Amino acid sequence: MQQITMGQAIQQALAEEMRRDENVFLAGEGIGVGIHESPVMPTYGLLQEFGPARVKDTPVSEAAIAGLAVGASVMGLRPVVEVMFNPFFTLASDQIVNHAAKLRYLSGGKSSFPLVVRIKTGAGGGAGCQHAHNLEAWVAHCPGLKVVMPGTAADAKGLLKSAIRDDNPVIFFEDMGLFFFPSPVPEGDYTIPIGVADIKKPGRDVTVVTWSKMLGVAFKAAAALGQEGIDVEILDLRTLLPLDKEAVIKSVQKTGRLVILHEATRTGGYGGEIAALAAEEAFSYLKAPIKRVTAPDIPVPSSPPLERFYIPNENQLIEAVKSIVI
Amino acid sequence: MEQKKLMLYQNMLFIRRFEEKITELCKIEGKLPGMLILCTGQEAVAAGVCGALEKDDVIISNHRSHGHLLAKGADPNALMAEIFGKVTGCNKGKSGTLHIAVPEVNALCTTTVVGGGIPIAVGTAFAQQYKKSEAVTVCFFGDGSADEGSFHESLNMAALWDLPVIFVCENNVYSGAQRMEEHTKVKDIALRAQGYGMPGVIVDGNDAEAVLKVTAEARQRCLAGEGPTLIECKTYRWRGHGELDQQVYQPKDEIAMWMERCPIKKIENELLAEGVISREDVTALEDSIAIFVEDAVRFAEESPLPAPEEALEDVYV
Repeated sequence: MQQITMGQAIQQALAEEMRRDENVFLAGEGIGVGIHESPVMPTYGLLQEFGPARVKDTPVSEAAIAGLAVGASVMGLRPVVEVMFNPFFTLASDQIVNHAAKLRYLSGGKSSFPLVVRIKTGAGGGAGCQHAHNLEAWVAHCPGLKVVMPGTAADAKGLLKSAIRDDNPVIFFEDMGLFFFPSPVPEGDYTIPIGVADIKKPGRDVTVVTWSKMLGVAFKAAAALGQEGIDVEILDLRTLLPLDKEAVIKSVQKTGRLVILHEATRTGGYGGEIAALAAEEAFSYLKAPIKRVTAPDIPVPSSPPLERFYIPNENQLIEAVKSIVI
Repeated sequence: MEQKKLMLYQNMLFIRRFEEKITELCKIEGKLPGMLILCTGQEAVAAGVCGALEKDDVIISNHRSHGHLLAKGADPNALMAEIFGKVTGCNKGKSGTLHIAVPEVNALCTTTVVGGGIPIAVGTAFAQQYKKSEAVTVCFFGDGSADEGSFHESLNMAALWDLPVIFVCENNVYSGAQRMEEHTKVKDIALRAQGYGMPGVIVDGNDAEAVLKVTAEARQRCLAGEGPTLIECKTYRWRGHGELDQQVYQPKDEIAMWMERCPIKKIENELLAEGVISREDVTALEDSIAIFVEDAVRFAEESPLPAPEEALEDVYV
């Protein structure tokens, strides 16, 4: 199997979908010729292959980029547009929240909006809080959208293909921390269904529900806890909306313990939704309180020690697990 | 040309009578749900612009949409039923009066977010260019929308890419309760076109024929690959922003002055003077429109309300 990074896996998904369907086009800031040129960036090389009619470098105009996607999609095209960094989503948010998410409903089901908004996200680059701010819980609060947030390169490729083929608007979060490390990715065409979580590591004693870059943190903690005889089950949500409720409930029913791990800040984070689900649907199976491991309720700081303090780590997860596994 | 002018007159009169009926009905407690926003006095913009369009051309409308939709050919029965919140409405009651989409006539999006439709028009025009279709997009918005950031981003992008889109600003003097001079420094919104590298055209928005003419010219430029145009139609909002608006900020004599300049009376008088129609024709037209409007109301009243649980449908494909 090929060993490629998530950036390259996304690049493959985009290229393969563009070859398969001429209605697919890309638009965004610097997606053709960018200021971050590197072979591991998701849109690298696509302008050369598909030309400027299908790979549209745009002005710095997030509202217009998102509106471009809404308008083009209702006409039958399949736009894949990029928001360079998650905080800039706020500038595109009217089009995504009020239009992409609602116009199908407002049409009484007559129109559809098959668009994908790729949003680069994640702390760790030292760029600070106006370039790093995981806002997945915001968009997951908007019925009409689907929200995908892969944690592996292989998942990213299969999920992005599903997103492009989906007839609904899909918000696709890509943690830039995963762009640079190779991992096994199947060659050629395959899809992974949206709305299906994945047990990345089965375990007996405690369920860790996580997604995106935190998957790596979960694996590190699980390895250390395994040494101490604590068997961790890692459930990768992959999709936040629609939520694979059954997978969460089943896992909690099996292990009786739940820790939720996400990079986003705590209050109002999507972890609260998972905790509520477990409390409502699997309360009688719980042997211990539900725990959350998240960033503290602060903006992402820039200086390396401050930023490291912000990002949840395996030690915090180990501590949380141990606090409920006696 | 006479036929075209007659059609403009008929369409405008239909819009007027249709909305007058809504005005009447909304005074009856519990009859019509929601916030009613009417285009009375601005009919020449809707009829004139849509009179220059073909069926494949797309319109993107705003909160003051009934005129645009009717002029583009929407079924008045389904439109009235949607205004009543009935399941037979254009959008099964999901939209109500404010955001009606009629994909059957390529009225693809009506948005109440001020300036919200302008970026979407960039997208539909992009698709028309991408597919090399012989069609254009028209985006209707008010003078208030020209204060939004979305206006700036969209006109810049549309001009940059020579997109086949016509931006139609219905300058009805008021943005909410603010007069033009209270919300922008310039006297003409069309001046802004120059800043984006596209033609800016000012037209008497109460002259349907003039509106049609400048729209047809803009459409030709679009189809010739020459890109977008910003058309500013100078008109006036006879009624409030919505039907609950007490219009305390609109001088009575100003309203009266603009009512003297009624776009429908203007074209009617011209048609009479030119001998294209007679007084009897006017009466006959009024009678036939009244029947159509009554039919629409009857259709809406006799239609069932949606079942409550239908609220859960149509969120996703």
